[in-house]
Amino acid sequence: MKNTAQELERVEKKDLFASGHRACGGCGQALAARLVADAAGENTIACVATGCLEVFSSPYPDPAWRIPFLHSLFENASAVASGVEAAYKALNKGPVNIIAQGGDGSTADIGFQSISGMFERGHNVLYVCYDNEAYMNTGVQRSSFTPLGARTTTTPLGNKTRKKNLPLLAADHGIPYVATATVDDYRDLQKKVKTALSIEGPKYIHVLAPCPLGWGHHGEITIQICRLAKDTGLFPIYEIIDGKITNAKKIPVKVPVEEYLKLQGRFSHLFKKGAPSEVLAEIQEIANQNIERFNL
Amino acid sequence: MLKQIEGSYAVADVVAMCRPNVISAYPITPQTHIVEGLALIVDEGRLEAEFVNVESEFSAASVVLGASAAGARTYTATTSQGLLLMSEVIYCIAGMRLPVVLTCANRAISAPLSIWNDQQDSMALRDAGWIQLHAEDNQEAADLHIQAFKIAEQTYLPVMVCMDGFILTHAFEPVDLPDPKEVDAFLPPFKPTNIVDPRWPRGIGLFADPRFYMETRYILHRAMEKSETTIKEVSSDFTKKFGRDSGGFLKTYNLKGADLVIVSMGSVVGTIKDLIDQLKEEGKNVGLLQICSYRPFPRKEIYNVLKDKMNIVVLEKSISLGRGGILASDVRWSFPRAEKKDRNISSFIAGLGGRNITQDDLRYMVEKVEKETVELEFLGLNKDLIAKKDL
Repeated sequence: MKNTAQELERVEKKDLFASGHRACGGCGQALAARLVADAAGENTIACVATGCLEVFSSPYPDPAWRIPFLHSLFENASAVASGVEAAYKALNKGPVNIIAQGGDGSTADIGFQSISGMFERGHNVLYVCYDNEAYMNTGVQRSSFTPLGARTTTTPLGNKTRKKNLPLLAADHGIPYVATATVDDYRDLQKKVKTALSIEGPKYIHVLAPCPLGWGHHGEITIQICRLAKDTGLFPIYEIIDGKITNAKKIPVKVPVEEYLKLQGRFSHLFKKGAPSEVLAEIQEIANQNIERFNL
Repeated sequence: MLKQIEGSYAVADVVAMCRPNVISAYPITPQTHIVEGLALIVDEGRLEAEFVNVESEFSAASVVLGASAAGARTYTATTSQGLLLMSEVIYCIAGMRLPVVLTCANRAISAPLSIWNDQQDSMALRDAGWIQLHAEDNQEAADLHIQAFKIAEQTYLPVMVCMDGFILTHAFEPVDLPDPKEVDAFLPPFKPTNIVDPRWPRGIGLFADPRFYMETRYILHRAMEKSETTIKEVSSDFTKKFGRDSGGFLKTYNLKGADLVIVSMGSVVGTIKDLIDQLKEEGKNVGLLQICSYRPFPRKEIYNVLKDKMNIVVLEKSISLGRGGILASDVRWSFPRAEKKDRNISSFIAGLGGRNITQDDLRYMVEKVEKETVELEFLGLNKDLIAKKDL
């Protein structure tokens, strides 16, 4: 179903992901999950991977979900969602929105094969990845989404590699819709969810979801962190529709990466006296490359 | 209708008659012909179902998990490494009480790699909360699938139908394939209520803290025990409708007056029956106890059938390394402690990795256990090969 322009712009608040769950204050993922559920509406099934979101939102006997919620394992949300979709087809039920969702580890690492299979087979499923750039549920270990320089418990001196670029990998499967978003811009995220759900086939939305505990920032600046991630060029906002990068969000005033990094404990070692400056320079280089590539 | 057909295709035909809504599988020898058969049936429009070709067994199991949770009748098939790769999902399917039916074309486990038959694969998942039924021949394999869907959907327990890889899956035998209408009459459509559906929002697969987890496992165990009744009822119902004695808990052969009883399961019981017939002609009375339902384990029935038998030998195609025969320890446990003392229960491991179990092997085993109780022995070992240092 196509949305009208007015519907696309409207911020939805239906509380389909109820308050009272067990997420930390300022959790980007909790906010994102609520925005996604409310944008999708009641006629939606959430297939959630094991991880923070699942743990804080689905303890027996009081889950936070007011839409059907299905969880089984860490690495198979995409395959489970594929099965739900196949069942709806076979039983001639629906239409229904099926949204698989998980963190960066369950999406890009252990669940990568599963999501790739779901994209390739063309299931009518939206996958939303809540990217908090490490394994937060197990205590902040490095994932393939952990950015260069970030300290985690398994990269105690700072991560030495760049972040895997899943939105582009997703698009290379030939799926019709890919988008990135952050939790500071409700309207943009919800619009992308609604747009994705109006398209037949596999869709992927990559949401930057800051984790105050893992990133070492105060919960009340989650939104500010998101804005800085965009304004530095480190997290570009764009859509890929039928393989073409489009609607890249222009940065009004470009900000040096230090402004973003220094608010977070995970990068504090980069600012200590005597710390080598090459890492900071390379992070700035990543931002510059993004700005150039996506014409931000 | 009696048809000369390969075991795998007989299973494919019969599974299609059970009208699964969603089938998902990943190819692995010797399971392939089953899913190839089903793929063709679906492609030709003879069965209205979604056939999901996935990128791994892990995803095959996950797809049927999701589809079952959404209310579909679901089917998958695998073996060996594929079953082990599924194992995390296998436990989950049982824990979530999803009535999935799976065929395990029993095969050895790596390493070393072996594509040939034994039963180590399904044995490795015996504790997962799945009903496990073992077929003796292709007729029983076909029949067990019809029963499996009914048992699964009545008990909300997943069912694994085990059939020996190659020995059954690739053997051509006459199989009586039922009329699809008879199957429809036997197996009503699946109408579950606890499913993911926006009309009744609910959570499936919530996590349980220590206040709740143990009870869920207790309830699952109790359900496995209670399924004994269903397995027996469905089997006797099947016999009434189709006229064949397939499935159930266990079967016996020449047990009356037998001095020695062989306990086993799967296709090897055919070879054992032949030997029993020969021995009878030679004046020796040996009986057979054939286990069909390995899980739930028919402990009480075994005791009832064997309580007067003092000489028992368990022959199995799997082993708990560092411990010994798995089926043997299950059988030993079936007798009260006081009754174990004077009872000789021997344990033989045979046929691992496709090693043929010959009449001579079985004859040797029978003669040996007539003389002594054998704690554990591998049947038909090549001693020269063991002496070589490069194995």
